[in-house]
Amino acid sequence: MKKIIFIILLLTQLSIFASEEKISLEKAPIDLTNQSSLQRGAKTFINYCLNCHSAKYMRYNKLMDIGLSKKNIEDNLLFTADKIGEPMEISMPVEESKKWFGATPPDLSVVARSRGRDWIYNYMKGFYRDSSREIGWNNLVYVNTAMPHILWELQGEQKIDKVTGKLSLSKPGKLNQKEYDAVITDLTNFLTFMSEPDQLKRKRMGIYVVGFLFLLLFLVVKLKQEFWKDIK
Amino acid sequence: MTKKNNSHNANGLIGWIDERFPLSSFIKNHLTGYYAPKNFNFWYFFGALALFVFVVQILTGIFLTMHYKPDASQAFASIEYIMRDVSFGWLIRYMHSTGASLFFVVIYLHMFRGLMYGSYQKPRELLWIFGVAIFLALMAEAFFGYLLPWGQMSYWGAQVIVNLFATVPFIGPDLAEWVRGDYLISDATLNRFFAFHVIALPLALAGLIFSHLIALHEVGSNNPDGIEIKKYKDKKTGIPLDGIPFHPYYTVKDLIGLTVFLIVFASIIFFAPEMGGYFLEANNFIPADPLVTPSHIAPVWYFTPFYSILRAVPPILNSQFPGVAAMGLSVLIFFLVPWLDKSPVRSIRYKGILFKRWLSAFVVSFIALGYLGTVPSNIWGQFPIIIPLLGGADIATVIARIFTIIYFLFFILMPIYSKKDKTKSVPTRVSMK
Repeated sequence: MKKIIFIILLLTQLSIFASEEKISLEKAPIDLTNQSSLQRGAKTFINYCLNCHSAKYMRYNKLMDIGLSKKNIEDNLLFTADKIGEPMEISMPVEESKKWFGATPPDLSVVARSRGRDWIYNYMKGFYRDSSREIGWNNLVYVNTAMPHILWELQGEQKIDKVTGKLSLSKPGKLNQKEYDAVITDLTNFLTFMSEPDQLKRKRMGIYVVGFLFLLLFLVVKLKQEFWKDIK
Repeated sequence: MTKKNNSHNANGLIGWIDERFPLSSFIKNHLTGYYAPKNFNFWYFFGALALFVFVVQILTGIFLTMHYKPDASQAFASIEYIMRDVSFGWLIRYMHSTGASLFFVVIYLHMFRGLMYGSYQKPRELLWIFGVAIFLALMAEAFFGYLLPWGQMSYWGAQVIVNLFATVPFIGPDLAEWVRGDYLISDATLNRFFAFHVIALPLALAGLIFSHLIALHEVGSNNPDGIEIKKYKDKKTGIPLDGIPFHPYYTVKDLIGLTVFLIVFASIIFFAPEMGGYFLEANNFIPADPLVTPSHIAPVWYFTPFYSILRAVPPILNSQFPGVAAMGLSVLIFFLVPWLDKSPVRSIRYKGILFKRWLSAFVVSFIALGYLGTVPSNIWGQFPIIIPLLGGADIATVIARIFTIIYFLFFILMPIYSKKDKTKSVPTRVSMK
């Protein structure tokens, strides 16, 4: 009997897994070279996310890589730390947050690498009103998420059509849909940057390295031909 | 002028060294006077490349060890510290993570070369055995290293593999606990895996690689024709007619292979270090959590063919041990190849259609099992209930079983088909095609 229950549990789990997989994610239209988008994303992140979520592997001074000046960071963004070299930690105790939300809000330093940028983009657009849940919100991408809709004032409230599963706006927010999408794009852009701050440097460097190697290849091919011309 | 006390009559510093250390004779024996067949083709790059990757892994590993903390509460953070705060830490880390995967790529191609050209046949049995031992040590090295980032995949992958020990009859659970050093994968496990990864196995690998090369230089290199070049020597000089000095000929040729390899290596490091989740898995960017099991646990791609075999074998008498045994056997069986192949010829060029068919079937099975090991076994759904015997079974599992059988038959039937095969006659001299 135990075995049967176990198998049934396993099967139901698998089917949940499958339905989660089937949601096709809209591609996040981000651009890591767009510094003003990254700066706007950083501002949104620090104002809205960095109260419950930490980004403890990210130091404030890394924001200088997206074109912000030291003074700019210190005056406008340095809320949770005293010095610019400190990481983005939060003061909310882990034990308490678990009591409040049922789950500790995860650190977001590398969330763009674990969840993926498209997931974040769709998740932040996928909140809808669900009165059956204690927090009053649910999410299309992450069903029964423990996180309430933090940006509801900006987006407004969405409701779900139970037949089609599609979301539509039921109460408008401060921003129209296009403006809200832009905010989420900037935020996703920033989270992607933060997940690996040196990634643009890496790609730029790669062009030189691979370019050099192709030149080297030409030389070593010539060298080999010179040595091998007498081998028949 | 005083008579030189060394065999190479060298002057100056080299002469001084030669009187005390066999430097010149070492260079002569292993480079300038080591005669390799002149007909090496594409497949002969991978031995040298494997040695190169080994050196890369050791060097980048040294620098990673300077910053990494083998502590369950700090390991994950120390990797991110390397990625962000250590100068060029991201480069060193990506070189190491990409190097691990490419090590297996070159080793698999190197082993395939050996199978294709019969490089294990007499007198190269011991050379082959050292090679398989290197492969085993490399698998252990990769497995121990994969726990170190302390992400979810690290943790649960190690959990699955260590639990394999628990299936051993009678002593299993105690054995698994002994390996972990705890009742679950924990800080104690991380510390011992770190010790194995940074000193025990690299040391073993270095020794095995040294022995592999010594054995190679004792018997000489095989070649795509499988012809023993030592049989036809110049009567005056005693040099094989089809041999050329390794240095400079193969050093300059290997430079081409190395440069092409570096282009691939650098392209992955700089443009796609995650390699679509195959080299660095998304789940491993979530810190290890003993309370949350990921919905799909799969090993890194280079273990997946063997993992597939493990999953394909059904449990017998409620024990998973047969699967574990089959997986172990699928690797260990490589040791026997020199004695399973009864063919009078070495190279695939002169072997018959039977060997070619079986080798192709083996390669297809290996790749298919490798793919199936990366996906959940219900990926293709189940057979309809109405089909007798197969009804309700996972399609992917049944297919994995078929390929597992082919995988083993390649070895088990080798004595039969290699003997029965119609071989061509082997020429006396190598061809340069």
